[in-house]
Amino acid sequence: MANQKSVLSPIPGVFYRKPAPDKEEYVKEGGNVKAGDVIGLVEVMKSFYEIKAENDGVLAQYFVENEDLIDAGQEVAVIIEQ
Amino acid sequence: MIKVNSPGLQTTVQDFGRIGYYEVGMPPSGVMDKYSYIAGNLLVGNKENAAVLEITYMGPVLEFQQDAVIAVTGGVMQPKINDRPVGMWETLQVKTGDVLSFDFIKQGARVYLAVAGGIDVPLVMDSRATYTLCGIGGYEGRPLQAGDVLKIGTENETDIAVGTRISDHLIPTFSKHHEVRVIVGLCSYRLTEESKERFFSIDWTVTPEANRVGYRFKGERLNFVEREQPFGAGSNPSNVVDLGYPIGSIQVPDGVEPIALLNDAVTGGGYATICTIISTDLDKMAQIKTNDKVRFVAVDINEALEIRKEYQNKIQQIKEQIIRQAGGVQNG
Repeated sequence: MANQKSVLSPIPGVFYRKPAPDKEEYVKEGGNVKAGDVIGLVEVMKSFYEIKAENDGVLAQYFVENEDLIDAGQEVAVIIEQ
Repeated sequence: MIKVNSPGLQTTVQDFGRIGYYEVGMPPSGVMDKYSYIAGNLLVGNKENAAVLEITYMGPVLEFQQDAVIAVTGGVMQPKINDRPVGMWETLQVKTGDVLSFDFIKQGARVYLAVAGGIDVPLVMDSRATYTLCGIGGYEGRPLQAGDVLKIGTENETDIAVGTRISDHLIPTFSKHHEVRVIVGLCSYRLTEESKERFFSIDWTVTPEANRVGYRFKGERLNFVEREQPFGAGSNPSNVVDLGYPIGSIQVPDGVEPIALLNDAVTGGGYATICTIISTDLDKMAQIKTNDKVRFVAVDINEALEIRKEYQNKIQQIKEQIIRQAGGVQNG
């Protein structure tokens, strides 16, 4: 049975799914991730914080859209461990 | 010495502030939530202006290279020593080699780490406060980075017993919906009556542009009374002839988004300031997060002074509690 792991944002801010507006998304839904891979970016106080996967698996779903405002502790994605 | 293994999002050395240079354009910087700061220093027996770490949104990971007495106050961010949860608003002992880390922020936005003796960095214009925009004060004028090593100073004057705790009724709680009290003025006459009324009757949302310099809010457009702009004022109706900006003053450039100016803000300029946050509620501002809602409430100067008296009374109660738990002996 595969384990589902929530990815939470430790900080509030604007959520981005790509490193820059003209770049590819970090991960597409259904894509493979390794522990330590960046899966999103949060901007607050003019600084950027990278959200990283904590385990290997498949990034099953994002719960927030690109440029959505998120709260501290909000679930941004779920990874199914493999 | 304290080694910074990981710095958190924005962790700076701060004290009470660089007071006395406002007229030359130097903002005070310093801790944003003074109540939590004062409580932290009292819990470790420090002098009242000792420097602490101000931690925003995300905690650092700190390795103590000597024994130390510490206290963590402010917003709710579970501190852990060697991964074991420890109390906030409490005098704690750390041993050489111990690692202090933090969980996610649960309430508020800023947490203060006081260390007995204070954080020892050079004084710049009488203060250890970091002013990042100018790159002065604190640790090399910037937020902490991984690999930095902080010295512990000698700014302590009382021995406080480990386990000393502030009672719950003196510990502030923070929600996601805040009432911030203000005094109307200096240039509120520039807003239309309708906009003045709207300013106080809607919930304003804190944008991601919210830091030690200022907080920007989203809500609705405000309108200014039409006039021919006087000599010396800019051409936008939100402009006035330059004036000094009180700390905590709120301006609305072009009527679009109000900005509250805080500890690291510009000291003067040409935008109409429509009200000023009262001093006790500047502490509250420190604990407001991006996305939180704020309702502004107008009070008069007498009410503000009364509120300040209650605040000072609470700090006095903290002092008495800590001295009582220390056995009533004060070395200093």
